[in-house]
Amino acid sequence: MSGKTVYDKLWDSHLVKKNEDGSALIYIDRHILHEVTSPQAFEGLRIAGRKPWRLDTNVATPDHNISTDPAERAAGVAGIPDATSRIQVQTLDDNCDHFGIKEFKMNEMGQGIVHVMGPELGATMPGFTVVCGDSHTATHGALACLAHGIGTSEVEHVLASQCLVTKKMKNMRVTVEGELGAGVTPKDVVLAIIADIGTAGGNGHAIEFAGSVFREMSIEGRMTVCNMAIEAGARVGLVAVDEKTVDYCKGRQFMPSGDIFEQAAEYWRTLVSDADAVFDTEVSIDGNAIAPQVSWGTSPEMVVPVTANIPKVEDQTDEVKQKGVERALEYMGLEGGAPITSVYVDRVFIGSCTNSRIEDMRAAAKIVEGHRVSSSVKQALVVPGSQMVKEQAEAEGLHKIFIAAGLDWREPGCSMCLAMNADKLGAGEHCASTSNRNFEGRQGSGGRTHLMSPEMAAAAAITGHIVDVRTFSGEQS
Amino acid sequence: MKAFTQHSGIAGPMDRANVDTDMIIPKQFLKSIKRSGFGPNLFDELRYLDEGQPGQDCSHRPVNKDFPLNKPRYKDASILLARKNFGCGSSREHAPWALEDYGFRTIIAPSYADIFYNNCFKNGLLPVILTEQQVDVLFKEMNAAQGYQLTIDLVAQKVIRPNGESFDFEIDVFRKDCLVQGLDEIGLTMQSADAIKEYEKTREASQPWVFGAIK
Repeated sequence: MSGKTVYDKLWDSHLVKKNEDGSALIYIDRHILHEVTSPQAFEGLRIAGRKPWRLDTNVATPDHNISTDPAERAAGVAGIPDATSRIQVQTLDDNCDHFGIKEFKMNEMGQGIVHVMGPELGATMPGFTVVCGDSHTATHGALACLAHGIGTSEVEHVLASQCLVTKKMKNMRVTVEGELGAGVTPKDVVLAIIADIGTAGGNGHAIEFAGSVFREMSIEGRMTVCNMAIEAGARVGLVAVDEKTVDYCKGRQFMPSGDIFEQAAEYWRTLVSDADAVFDTEVSIDGNAIAPQVSWGTSPEMVVPVTANIPKVEDQTDEVKQKGVERALEYMGLEGGAPITSVYVDRVFIGSCTNSRIEDMRAAAKIVEGHRVSSSVKQALVVPGSQMVKEQAEAEGLHKIFIAAGLDWREPGCSMCLAMNADKLGAGEHCASTSNRNFEGRQGSGGRTHLMSPEMAAAAAITGHIVDVRTFSGEQS
Repeated sequence: MKAFTQHSGIAGPMDRANVDTDMIIPKQFLKSIKRSGFGPNLFDELRYLDEGQPGQDCSHRPVNKDFPLNKPRYKDASILLARKNFGCGSSREHAPWALEDYGFRTIIAPSYADIFYNNCFKNGLLPVILTEQQVDVLFKEMNAAQGYQLTIDLVAQKVIRPNGESFDFEIDVFRKDCLVQGLDEIGLTMQSADAIKEYEKTREASQPWVFGAIK
């Protein structure tokens, strides 16, 4: 018998029951809730007269819908200008109060984007199964968790039973060996992976990210990578435990301490794939060859290195691809064959569950320090991922660097990543964005998203167009 | 949940690959705290010429006449023909809610995004998987004939074409059973309450840190 992958080990250790029909009952260790995908689940519980199975597994916070404007935030829930958003945030508060679920309310320390909050509070522990009604839940896989997004019916299922009925996925390993060049970040690595395997490349699989590039990467960098596993079609993305994982966990609010921590860490260290483990699918990418990446189209696989040109319709191999490129170029208002650096940006967004952690804030601040946002850029938003990130960034004076350079320093939330609040693109506007999706209308109806790293987005804010951060001098052109 | 055994209806097209959940139901409609009423906003940005707002009466909005599902021949479509990786993107169950509320009972595509696929079954919506070639055949036949009607027989796992020929499709046994019987999945899981409690006891003995951390 061959060895086990990390995913196999996580699956086996959470198996409550195998059913005859091929499905299985899997135990859920941590359930994170937010305002958008939970109200109908709580309503379902009420109608059926059910109660949460276990309170101490749930943690909730509002993030998708809330204002990032400091004045509006200061006014509390009542200050949310949009009535339907206000009702949704209030409903989360009411449901959590009613059922006794731990919630970090909108302006409380601890609040943040669900996938920033979970790990930083230590609510996410290595070896856990983690679910949330949000597809970017794979983020938590950076701590060797079996973490994935679920729909609202499953939110209700987990609340009621602490379990999910599911089927085992296939194992995929994406190995990136080598050394990343200067200016090349975890975001570039994951965009390069998605460009390589496509947005359906990981369907049905749990992806383990392996190789020297991930071993050298910080835990926050691994979160950026795992976060976008879903953009490659995989619900689950994860990285094996190493000493960085254990060090990251030490001292966090919900983590064990003392002997129990040591006992836990001893177990966590077993969460590596066995040398003889077999993966159903293997992909290998040369880390040395990865350049900063930028998306040009309307799908996260429509990505090119910053040194490349925008693809042409006639260069596509099959008819479905030609149609896709043609439609994307039209939507984006771009010309095939033009250099990607020729694209001017109207807005810049630095934030989202992909890139709003303290390392992202530091990296962006380093680029803009001493420069000014281009006069052609209408708005450059910096939205920290959580209250804790915001506090840390302010303690380091990063907010002053951003403000001096002409960027807006905002309150934590999902913001312009999905534009459920007032932070959005106008029709036809191009945005240099550190978020995860460039779908049509994602950041606002008619908006045109270019996905990239925080460093690249910060550089674009200064020059006013997409620019290679490796040759960026701060001069406007 | 509504049971699903067999369904006959008009097929309508969504002829592009990688249709994402933002396209199926744009984010401004996710602010609702209800499960119903999303049908008028299905494919909102493609269907209408203006920007839709939640709570709006859609019957007076300017309609995009070029959007295929707006054509009279597809007015009563209840089977959606689609391309690969349908439903990619977010986990929002509002996507199947919107499809179901619009009147679709089945989708036929070569592949689906995992979370979307899973969410369909919770809502009595059957996502059928056929090969790309088979889907192509259906698209061609549909384009050639007004009122093109298909029958989906879940029990027999067949898509029956107007000429009487059929395509077989695969589906997990447990998903099929739940749909055919319209089972309450939570109720079913609750029957395993003892096994869940037993699991928790064993786990707590070996991994005490898993329990009690969040207060």
